[in-house]
Amino acid sequence: MKKRKIRIIIALFLVFTIVSMWLLQRLVVPKYNKGIVEGAFAAEYYEETTDHDVIFIGDCEVYENFSPITLWQEYGITSYIRGGAQQLVWQSYYQLEDTLRYETPEIVVFNVLSLKYNEPQSESYNRMNIDSMRWSSSKYNAIKASMTEDESMIEYMFPLLRYHSRILDLTADDFKYMFSSEKVTHNGYYMRVDVKPEGDFPEPDILADYTFGENAMSYLDKMTELCKENGIELILIKAPIKWPYWYPEWDEQMVEYAEENDLVYINMIELADEIGLDYSTDTYDAGLHLNLSGAEKLSKYFGEYLVENYDLEDHRNDEELCKVYQEKIDFYNDMKEQQYYELETYGKLISFGAEAIED
Amino acid sequence: MLFTSYSFIAFISLLFLLYYIIPKKGQWPLLLFASYLFYFLCDWRYLIFITVTSVSTYLFGIAIDKVNVRQDEYIKEHKKELSKEDKKIYKAGMKKKRFRLILMCLVLNIGILAVIKYTNFTINNINGIMHAFGSDNTIGFVDIIIPMGISFYTFQSMGYIIDVYRGTYKPERNIFKFALFVSFFPQLVQGPISRFNDLSKTLYAEHKFDIKVFTFGVQRILWGFFKKLVIADRIVVAINILKDNPEQYGGAYVFVLMMFYAFQLYADFTGGIDITIGVAEAMGITVAENFNRPFFSKNIKEYWNRWHITMGTWFTDYIFYPISVCKPMLKLSKASRKHLGEVIGKRVPVYLSAFVVWFTTGLWHGASWNFIVWGLMNFVVIMISQELKPLYVRFHNRFNVDGKRWYDGFQVIRTVLLMSAIRMFDVYRDVPLTFKMVWNMVTDFRISSLWSSTMLNLGLDIADYIILFAGLIILFTVSMLQRRKAVRERLWDKPAVLNCFVTWLLLISIVLFGAYSIGYDSAQFIYNQF
Repeated sequence: MKKRKIRIIIALFLVFTIVSMWLLQRLVVPKYNKGIVEGAFAAEYYEETTDHDVIFIGDCEVYENFSPITLWQEYGITSYIRGGAQQLVWQSYYQLEDTLRYETPEIVVFNVLSLKYNEPQSESYNRMNIDSMRWSSSKYNAIKASMTEDESMIEYMFPLLRYHSRILDLTADDFKYMFSSEKVTHNGYYMRVDVKPEGDFPEPDILADYTFGENAMSYLDKMTELCKENGIELILIKAPIKWPYWYPEWDEQMVEYAEENDLVYINMIELADEIGLDYSTDTYDAGLHLNLSGAEKLSKYFGEYLVENYDLEDHRNDEELCKVYQEKIDFYNDMKEQQYYELETYGKLISFGAEAIED
Repeated sequence: MLFTSYSFIAFISLLFLLYYIIPKKGQWPLLLFASYLFYFLCDWRYLIFITVTSVSTYLFGIAIDKVNVRQDEYIKEHKKELSKEDKKIYKAGMKKKRFRLILMCLVLNIGILAVIKYTNFTINNINGIMHAFGSDNTIGFVDIIIPMGISFYTFQSMGYIIDVYRGTYKPERNIFKFALFVSFFPQLVQGPISRFNDLSKTLYAEHKFDIKVFTFGVQRILWGFFKKLVIADRIVVAINILKDNPEQYGGAYVFVLMMFYAFQLYADFTGGIDITIGVAEAMGITVAENFNRPFFSKNIKEYWNRWHITMGTWFTDYIFYPISVCKPMLKLSKASRKHLGEVIGKRVPVYLSAFVVWFTTGLWHGASWNFIVWGLMNFVVIMISQELKPLYVRFHNRFNVDGKRWYDGFQVIRTVLLMSAIRMFDVYRDVPLTFKMVWNMVTDFRISSLWSSTMLNLGLDIADYIILFAGLIILFTVSMLQRRKAVRERLWDKPAVLNCFVTWLLLISIVLFGAYSIGYDSAQFIYNQF
């Protein structure tokens, strides 16, 4: 065979192999469009066309408890929640670092519950938080900081290697969402309208040591530093959720940390009555997360706090922004209606939540 | 560094690139560097052992050769003065010197191997004996690292020194080249056990990039990955459940385990060897074949000529023959013929040598009685079939079955079943349990027990069984095609598009259906431990 012909054959073979691998990868990676949707959160941020006054970072205590649409409707505050399921503090830090590539918000709100984790925890949560981030040094560092013992960087770079065995469990959604996805959040807020009153929580465990881990605290330090460097106000919050238990010893450490670093720390558990939360109607899973009613109450309260204490502009006179947010409001209302409809018709949500029925 | 790890794939990819872009003179030094780096990345302490073996074998080889050279020169110089008898006496003296040298080399290196691999086994047996005699004292086990592939490189080095001693070839003068022969990384993990005069022909040669050679190498690597990841590592889940729960899985399940293990071992070991040969081949280096479709053998002797070929020939050349022709054995042969008659007498030395070979073969495979009994079972079966040979011949002639396809098939299946049954000794945790379970298989074989959904409780679901079945069909088909011509040669003769498509299909099958990543307990290659 002539050398030129060989080269062409090899080139075609390589191109064909790479393209087919990419297509297979698109097919087998989890789509997170139904059921467990948390893996889709990180990617939705990149579809944003406008900047935000406030960025929330943290775990489910931000993405299930704050409604950016309410903040907009009530105060004209633009906000986005870059939250994720069991988002660990280093993941929050790198999400923030990633966010600063695209915009510089006035305020960053970080929910401190994740400080209780000092080590990488679970591969599935890592994946949900990191996989759909765009590639950057932040993503690379987030992976490095988060990997459990069995994980490898190469499987994050080429998710086909991790998810190849899903080829045997493909559903119609895997084909439907191979190249596109549907929005599942409202500026990062995960909506649930169903109600399950707060139940009895077990007695909290007695811990051998209540001090937050060095690793976790180092990322909080980095976060504080990053915000200072960029002229951003960092607000530390503990969302008004009573379980997992927030120990007084942890709270004390946060109070001290905030004082030392000239930051605001708000423990909202203590403010539940002021916020107007009724845990018999405002949660959907027995008190672990707020439902829409609870999230809207909390957002109204927090929005008022922000307006009173920070110099935030009311953007509701901005036509461009109004147009953008009207679309978001429509989507918000549509989903709300659909959820209420399902609740009335079936007595439970069937298209939303971890147990949603696949198409 | 596992062959199936991402780091190994990155390692060989980089090596292939460097191998062909650097000046050709640097190719073998690069391989030496890569081999030592490979070993270092596995565990730096391994380097100490392999260096000791390499340096000592090299020096003894040179020393033995010096004795030879001195002998030749002396005889040449004193040709006229020496009588035949003088020459004989002088040669005998020199032979003794050479023997002392080789003995030192063997004792040192086999000693290292023995201490590393068999110390705890010996302690365990001593404790057992003391316990049997009512003693409560026990000797504590020793924490010794076992360098990867030590059995392979020690045997390869000892084969070399014996060949130098016998004058089969001259020793290698360049210590670095010799170090490469001992440490050549693809075969370091699980063999094959190469001979110096075979491997050195291509190992040190300069290789120009040849697309055909490289493609063949890559295809062979992929084929190895397919066997290992799609078949062996998938089936291992069920094997572990079956062997770890003997009280739950008896009867027909022992048969299932027996066959599963046969498939796993074959796919695992030949897969590893395919990767070894493929890596070498991609760099133009020819490594000895270790398998020749062993599951198509019609009897056990043939099977052992086709399974782990380099180990079999090593034991034949360096243990069986030397023992058979050593002076004590010749004396024993003479005595036994005299006292036991011609028929039995001539068998005694052969059987004794074979016994030693199979005992050491078992011991080489692992420091446990399971392997020793496994080796001896092979010995027993081979000897019985040897003794029954006249009976077979009469049977074949009487019923005219020789050469008949159905009878060939029967012989093949019989051999596979027999070998698989013997192999059960390295499956269960101890020898008594193995006998018990094999007996249970024979006496309580209820095929109906397999029809319940229990087969789906072995860690494999329907999809896994389908993949396994498809994988085994492909394995069988390739073996059938190989009978006339290598599959890669056949593909090379076809249009390039077809060749590329088959390679792509193989690659995609590995990526999609391979049992790797989180969720799979990707087993080490079984032969890594030897």
